Amino acid sequence: MTLVAQPAAPPAPEAPARPATGRLVDLFEYGLDAPICLTWELTYACNLSCVHCLSSSGRRDPRELTTEEAKAVVDELERMQVFYVNIGGGEPTVRSDFWEIVDYATSHHVGVKFSTNGVKITPERARELARNDYLDIQISLDGATAEVNDHVRGPGSYDTAIRAMQNLRDAGMKNFKLSVVCTRYNIPQLDEFKSLADRYGAQLRLTRLRPSGRGADSWDDLHPLPEQQRELFDWLVAHDGEVLTGDSFFHLSAYGQQLAGLNLCGAGRVVCLIDPVGDVYACPFAIHEEFLAGNVRMPGGFSSVWRESELFQRLRRPQSGGACASCGFFDSCKGGCMAAKFFTGLPLEGPDPECVRGLGEAALEERRARDVAVPRAAVDHSHRTTRAPRSGPGPVRLTLSRREDIVRPPVNACEEDPLAGFRPE
Amino acid sequence: MPAIDLDRAWKLHPQVSVRPEPFGALVYHFGTRTLSFLKDRTLLAVVDSLADHPSARAACAAAGVTEPELPRYAQALATLARSSMLVERS
Repeated sequence: MTLVAQPAAPPAPEAPARPATGRLVDLFEYGLDAPICLTWELTYACNLSCVHCLSSSGRRDPRELTTEEAKAVVDELERMQVFYVNIGGGEPTVRSDFWEIVDYATSHHVGVKFSTNGVKITPERARELARNDYLDIQISLDGATAEVNDHVRGPGSYDTAIRAMQNLRDAGMKNFKLSVVCTRYNIPQLDEFKSLADRYGAQLRLTRLRPSGRGADSWDDLHPLPEQQRELFDWLVAHDGEVLTGDSFFHLSAYGQQLAGLNLCGAGRVVCLIDPVGDVYACPFAIHEEFLAGNVRMPGGFSSVWRESELFQRLRRPQSGGACASCGFFDSCKGGCMAAKFFTGLPLEGPDPECVRGLGEAALEERRARDVAVPRAAVDHSHRTTRAPRSGPGPVRLTLSRREDIVRPPVNACEEDPLAGFRPE
Repeated sequence: MPAIDLDRAWKLHPQVSVRPEPFGALVYHFGTRTLSFLKDRTLLAVVDSLADHPSARAACAAAGVTEPELPRYAQALATLARSSMLVERS
């Protein structure tokens, strides 16, 4: 919602670095003194192994922030007037101090919305959560049926999420979120998701699949087909105001209509990510050293990273658009998602891999033809049982057999075999 | 759009926080979990001082809102009131 739109100011004699008036989206490109919303992943530990996990979560990292360090981050966010944080992981609720950190945040004027697969949302816990006004919950579900969901999130995960939603509804929790990552397999289920959300008194939230983390390995199989992107866009337009998107489909606005939201890449400008070990990245989809701005444990803490990091300063300068600059839709789609380009090996100054004009497909073809390497995140906490094959020569095959030239080892003094030293012909 | 009664006394909802920014301010309601933008420093001054004035009209005048500008500010205040960011003072 925007209140009191001002006409653009005439150019000042000395042009300021940041205009004081204009379209909000243009102002936000210069960044804010503190993030509007911030994603904070509390742990890399997770009971699931979703194939598209943005943070390649699974196992806890021994360097994760302690309870006291987490509370110090909350104190800083309160001072910076960050109104709320989106807590995720991993599965944040498996941290033994999770509820303590949440209570600390909400009693220090930092609202919390946390994402969970529902594993710890018991009836008792749901009743406690429903009592806290400063708390919002987001249940992740990537299929309106167990078959479609469990294919991506693993066996049993559909039932877990549904049980959690039942418990929240029964506890009287209103308007929690049902959060869906849109894939090739669930875009035909959009109406079913909507009725599922309605049935549990939840609000539907749809977000974009990113080729980040383990998503890099599953993106080719899961990302929506071009005709499905149109279907999704039309559905979002038809359900304007009823569904949240976390501003994640702004690349689709090149279809000709702006979707609700800021329609801007907020990375390092209005959003960022704090990961479980305190590393600060430009956005939740960009866990890679290229987008690492600093760590909350550094002197000056999070606020210095946000205000002074060289990376964030750079992201807040106007972007040229590169190959996209001459496109008539650049003003609405802004070249799409930085992380989606990066993790599919496309140049940042150019089309999004899912550019609605098909320019991304063409760029991907060209990248494959030139055999350009795709960057991979070095941070990987996947369960060892689910780890993707590593590159390199792979395991060495062994065959047990006898060497013909050495039939038996030399006889030693302890040899009790009555046939010691006997060599069959 | 329903109008706001400029001659009544208003204040920010107790669960609302305001964060000044170069362009105006961010306004967040912890109860409804909604975020709004005040895209204007004058509007911020009006909103900030509502509780100190006997009416919204007086708050606008004190912040330097001129008569021709008043309808635009009234509309912005009405939007804030509709989303429970502002409440009437008794």
